[in-house]
Amino acid sequence: MAAKSNLKNMVLSLTLVCLVCSALLGGVYALTAEPIRQAEEAKVAASIARVLPPFEAQPQLESVLVDDEAYSYYRVPGAGYAVLSTVVGFGGPLSLMVGIDENGIVVNTVVLSHSETPGLGAKCTTDELFIDQFQGWNPAEKKLSVIKDGGDVDAITASTITSRAYAKAIDNAVKVYSKLTENE
Amino acid sequence: MSKFGLITKGLLKENPTFVLVLGMCPTLATTTSAMNGLEMGLATMFVLILSNIVISLIAPVVPDKVHIPVYIVVIATFVTLLQLLMQAYTPDVYETLGLFIPLIVVNCIVLGRAEAFASKNSVGDSALDGIGIGIGFTLTLTVIGMVREILGSGSIFGWKFIPGDGILAFVMAPGAFLVLGYLMVLFNKLAKR
Repeated sequence: MAAKSNLKNMVLSLTLVCLVCSALLGGVYALTAEPIRQAEEAKVAASIARVLPPFEAQPQLESVLVDDEAYSYYRVPGAGYAVLSTVVGFGGPLSLMVGIDENGIVVNTVVLSHSETPGLGAKCTTDELFIDQFQGWNPAEKKLSVIKDGGDVDAITASTITSRAYAKAIDNAVKVYSKLTENE
Repeated sequence: MSKFGLITKGLLKENPTFVLVLGMCPTLATTTSAMNGLEMGLATMFVLILSNIVISLIAPVVPDKVHIPVYIVVIATFVTLLQLLMQAYTPDVYETLGLFIPLIVVNCIVLGRAEAFASKNSVGDSALDGIGIGIGFTLTLTVIGMVREILGSGSIFGWKFIPGDGILAFVMAPGAFLVLGYLMVLFNKLAKR
């Protein structure tokens, strides 16, 4: 049955198994690296297309420092900016992509990742009444905080903290936009 | 044991969730909907079958004192392989199950079957054992997911039949324990007959 458990056999068998396994994984990694990159790019492209008006230019990934925090955004010539904005929600980080057109109007928002409570805060990805209120939002006229805090954002019922975070994320994105366009 | 018995024992006599009570972490965490349960079950089954086959092949030559590390390396290899493949070809599924895919490595079912079955039996029997236990795990997770989805979101496999919200607790952690507990009682009562 099993080979003797002496040092030589143990080292030999572990080394062999590890070698074969890493070779196999290396091969699969090389094969899947390209499809994985494509899948990620497709996801980003789909998000940008959702938050900005139709465009033809190639989005450019850039980053900027606002209030000592680094923000990444996609500059889309002719359409506007798609800003990636992450804030702390109720259950963890809440990442949004916020599309702002060249007039400074919020076009649309999309949640990239979140860890909000299912059925409550997680509704920020499905509650159309909540999400759609930000379409065409003019930050110059309406305040980006929930009504409870004296703003204009209609919060999701029983999920004020998530709604607050969502509004904050958009507000940060608007700040990024202002910073980017202040010199133009 | 007959070849057919090897497959069916995973459903009843050695059901990994209700009888062996193994792999509770993914069971409780991923069964928020029927689809999630099904996907998690299939992912585990993939690893289970492949690791059972390979381990039954190499078991005779692996020295006893290092057999656990060797098995873990083999299992981890298949899990990582699965992770890369899912990331590349089913990014949506990968996103929902994300964290729980790497955790298959430490799923007791996989190492448990390697130790208890694959290391002592032929390649063919080990593959069948993997399929059987895998089907049992997948079905169980799907059923738990279905119950939680029906009660928690008023839908089944994403198809909504009650407008509005369900009983939210069932989508969250407490619901997982409740559903698992009651299903286990029901299963064992019916299985005893």
